[in-house]
Amino acid sequence: MYEGPVQDLIDELGRLPGVGPKSAQRIAFFLLAADPVDVRRLIDALTEVKDKVKFCSICGNVAEDDQCRICRDERRDLTVICVVEEPKDVVAIERTREFRGRYHVLGGAISPIEGVGPDDLRIRELMMRLADGTVTELILATDPNLEGEATATYLARMVKEMGITVTRLASGLPVGGDLEYADEVTLGRAFEGRRAYSS
Amino acid sequence: MYLSRLAVTDFRSYPQAEAALEPGVTSFIGPNGQGKTNLIEAVGYLATLASHRVAHDAPLVRQGTDRAIVRGLVVRDGRDTLLEIEITPGKANRARLAGSPVSRARDILGTLRTVLFAPEDLAIVKGDPAGRRDYLDDLLVARAPRYAAVRADYDRVLKQRNALLKSAGNARRAGAELRTLDVWDSHLATAGAELLAGRHDLVESLRPLVDKAYAAVSRGGGPTTLDYQSSVPPEIADSVDRELLAAALSAAVAASRDKDLDRGITLVGPHRDELALSIGGLPAKGYASHGESWSLALALRLAAYDLLRADGGEPVLILDDVFAELDATRRESLAELVAPAEQVLITAAVVGDVPEQLAGGRFDVAAGEVRRVR
Repeated sequence: MYEGPVQDLIDELGRLPGVGPKSAQRIAFFLLAADPVDVRRLIDALTEVKDKVKFCSICGNVAEDDQCRICRDERRDLTVICVVEEPKDVVAIERTREFRGRYHVLGGAISPIEGVGPDDLRIRELMMRLADGTVTELILATDPNLEGEATATYLARMVKEMGITVTRLASGLPVGGDLEYADEVTLGRAFEGRRAYSS
Repeated sequence: MYLSRLAVTDFRSYPQAEAALEPGVTSFIGPNGQGKTNLIEAVGYLATLASHRVAHDAPLVRQGTDRAIVRGLVVRDGRDTLLEIEITPGKANRARLAGSPVSRARDILGTLRTVLFAPEDLAIVKGDPAGRRDYLDDLLVARAPRYAAVRADYDRVLKQRNALLKSAGNARRAGAELRTLDVWDSHLATAGAELLAGRHDLVESLRPLVDKAYAAVSRGGGPTTLDYQSSVPPEIADSVDRELLAAALSAAVAASRDKDLDRGITLVGPHRDELALSIGGLPAKGYASHGESWSLALALRLAAYDLLRADGGEPVLILDDVFAELDATRRESLAELVAPAEQVLITAAVVGDVPEQLAGGRFDVAAGEVRRVR
């Protein structure tokens, strides 16, 4: 245990995801020794992120204004919505430059163990976006784990009656990898999702 | 296959220990509490990523250290593969296969296969259904490592569904929670069907092998039956058709929903199934004598050994302190049955416990020292 402020800082840092007590201690002492200007910059960044960053009123992505950059962009296809769990998933998909539609960020996945149910996610907002009939395809891009699959199933059932095409991202082999290193589940999924090959 | 070298660091009582092993029989002899079982527990860990003695990893790491390392050199068809695993309680284990890290420790499953006989095996026959389900599931994973994922998925869906049942039951906020319950029900049915198909198929293959092994161990006793009491109707209780099973399981889960909500737990599914064992037409549990129960426990392990051997890749047999538990006849039968195996590892408190047919290599284990004496 350290005295007063140092221990307080270690405790606060230790609450961050992925930071254990040892790392927290390392970061705390780094900050203690760092140039005051650098520390001030970090403080400003932290305050700013809480003050300025909002969530887009349409899709729930992080935004500086009422709407995010993607929802404001008029060149984006209004008929397709891609549903993801977190804002960082939007960034991941954007990097591919393959998708030209818009997003909907749920803010997590259904997980009763963690007390997250459909009402805790932005599902009602999604239904409202789908209600006017502009959207023709809903792409479910939740994580390919149990909770992500359950959320996808739940959404697919909700929109079943609405006449919207629902698709799910394919699971399969990583590009540039070796077949022999793929685990059985992934390889099994890849088999299930195989498609006709045209030469 | 056989294990040609075993090395442990900070595992259980050992700061460091190493043993060079050979095919055939090897015994580890030493008084109680000296660390014999710790050694073969390490071998079992390389094969199953779990201990046969404890459910959590914390006791495996030597007091005062934060991780244990187990290494084993497995020889199969003349080729050797080095298995290394680092056990850090509370974190994911890290494993290396032939020197290269694997992304998940689970990926090393199947490289070393073992069948372990231990005094705890008696509980398969005499204990709760959970022990019999674990016997089946462990064997499923040993045969096809894919089932490790199937099992983990099923457990996770079950936990999620139970959590939901509790909150829905307590609060009675029916609406939204019941709608998500539909989703978990369907995932429970799919994951459960996969597990059921595996178990049904396994029980089918085990039946003749257990009967044969029981007759050999008990010198003509039996017959034995294995009856898998499934959560799906008996007509399809031996089916391996996943879609059919999923539909049946789905119906069973739906039928039990009200009761599930009242109790706050899932009352049907593979996690509630039972493998009923019987000897000479009577249920083994409650009717079999102590000796008969032991014969059946040994028969179940021998059948597992036969099955794995038939799949290719003869497993390493481990006999942890079992001879001391058996009477002279069973001891002799067991010795005869295991003697031809490619590799047999035995632990015993005194040399006299090991039958003469099984006199092979020998290590003395005392105060954390492992020393070859023959």
